[in-house]
Amino acid sequence: MKTKFTTDTKLESEIAYFENINLKLESGDIIDSFKLAFKTYGKLNADKTNAILVCHALTGDQYVAGNNPITGREGWWSRMVGPNKPIDTNKFFVICSNVLGGCSGSTGPKELQNGSDVAYGGNFPSITIKDMVKAQSLLIESLKIEKLFSVIGGSMGAMQALQWAIDFPDKILNIIHIAGALKHSAQNIAFHEVGRQAIMSDPIWKNGKYFENNEVPERGLSVARMIAHITYLSENAMHRKFGRKLQSRDIISFGFDADFQVESYLRYQGKSFVERFDANSYLYLTRAMDYFDHDETFRKNIEFSHNPNNHLKYLIVSFTSDWLFPTIESKMIVNQLNSLSREVSFLEIDTDKGHDSFLLEEPQLDDVIKGFLTNNFAKIDE
Amino acid sequence: MNKINSIRKDWSLIETLIAEDRKILDIGCGDGGLMEQLANNRNAITHGIELNRDLAANAIARGFNVVHGNAELDLSQYSNNSFDYVILSQTLQAMMKPKDILSELLRIGSKAIVSFPNFGHWKIRLQLLISGRMPVTESLPYTWYDTPNIHFFTIKDFLNLCNEMNIVIEKSIGLTSKGKQFDISESVTGVNFFTHEAIFLLSYKNFEPIKIKSSKKVFAKNSVIAN
Repeated sequence: MKTKFTTDTKLESEIAYFENINLKLESGDIIDSFKLAFKTYGKLNADKTNAILVCHALTGDQYVAGNNPITGREGWWSRMVGPNKPIDTNKFFVICSNVLGGCSGSTGPKELQNGSDVAYGGNFPSITIKDMVKAQSLLIESLKIEKLFSVIGGSMGAMQALQWAIDFPDKILNIIHIAGALKHSAQNIAFHEVGRQAIMSDPIWKNGKYFENNEVPERGLSVARMIAHITYLSENAMHRKFGRKLQSRDIISFGFDADFQVESYLRYQGKSFVERFDANSYLYLTRAMDYFDHDETFRKNIEFSHNPNNHLKYLIVSFTSDWLFPTIESKMIVNQLNSLSREVSFLEIDTDKGHDSFLLEEPQLDDVIKGFLTNNFAKIDE
Repeated sequence: MNKINSIRKDWSLIETLIAEDRKILDIGCGDGGLMEQLANNRNAITHGIELNRDLAANAIARGFNVVHGNAELDLSQYSNNSFDYVILSQTLQAMMKPKDILSELLRIGSKAIVSFPNFGHWKIRLQLLISGRMPVTESLPYTWYDTPNIHFFTIKDFLNLCNEMNIVIEKSIGLTSKGKQFDISESVTGVNFFTHEAIFLLSYKNFEPIKIKSSKKVFAKNSVIAN
């Protein structure tokens, strides 16, 4: 019989291995062994009170700050995380791990199945946000950190932060939940479905076994990315950025080339995405988001899993032009927390940059995150 | 008194009405000034609501629990009796439905603290009488067409409303335009004339049933009969 066994992970290592751990997934499937790729920034203090877990969004990875060796570009939130940045690594120890089911080093469909030389592909079990968070909690445990000061994330990262509050309220002090919701809406599932259909109808996809011939369903994956990218922007932002401007030409072609700048931009987004992301991972992770639903259960979960002395703090942030996770969805969370007298703060930031605002230049977001972390950290430090 | 001093004075009087270690909701909390004062001096657990985005952001960044939103729409989400005190400082006159707000304050809080500028002050009466135009004063410094203060009322009006709503006035403090403080309930004559600003500590009449043994009914005071 296999016994539960958690490897102690060194803070500076980049992959945590969990052997024979028999991770039971929400679907009922079991992953006996898995690994999580992670990065840490800053220094863990002696009392281990300054650890922050940053959760990445759908296509993010563990390279939240500094240089990303896969893309050769800056980390996806390097404007937010780093020395003297809003999430200040001079003060905080920041951990970011690639989610379970991801494709930048953690166990996912493109990794080899345990004890074989074949990748999981479509044989990878269905993953949920809860499963991702469970895996993260094992990582935190193996790093010998009892309590996280904060769990922070936007979009799918916000879903993980909320799941942390539901499943592990005693292991965290606060969450910062940006551009998220209690549930993935019908419209959001619909957009994901179109993206998945684009991938699955690419003849190269072959039921997820494209890797057997060293091929990639580039067309399908890039179309999926193009669709998704539209949902991350707003009409105003698109108009401001591109309008009807033509791309490298003075007159329209009366054909189907990328006449317009916006077309050229989307094509570029699709193309560059294919180079860094696995199509099967995209299927699994979009599905995980679709399955996220705490609409009916959130209030009960918070009411009963928290004792009244538990001063878990919530910072909920939304953006006026985010139509993928609109303010009304954030307010539902705030309403439920307020009805339970929880310590919640909420801010709707005025911007036209859409859902992607959390990744972009938004000074008010910076100020609020920096202040929230600094002042609440000062309180526990007293 | 200028506006800032007047608010500071208001806050320090509100502080005197609040016991230690209580849970407080400050409606229109701005950037958290009163919350900070009550947290420091009264060890209060503070929550706030603020309509203005930048002020709400500042308050959150200062570490306070503040919800960016509109009290007239958002108060309904709070549960009954979830706070010891709900504070509405100098904003009742800016509310669309002051009466609804007042009953919400006392639904959410065991007690409510309400402060407002008195429209019955002699300077205001005199201005209207002499100039025949809507008064503009230090505490009500806006012209009629761009004022956030859409419901003007006097202390008398307020007392009548409280009476109508079965609200008990536990304490009331008046301030003259010079900042002199007095107890409104003790100085009945002329109070509506001289009070520049008023602060009230409110609660509902106590409906706790006094059970009288009877074969069929339980009688309670205040004429409430519970079967």
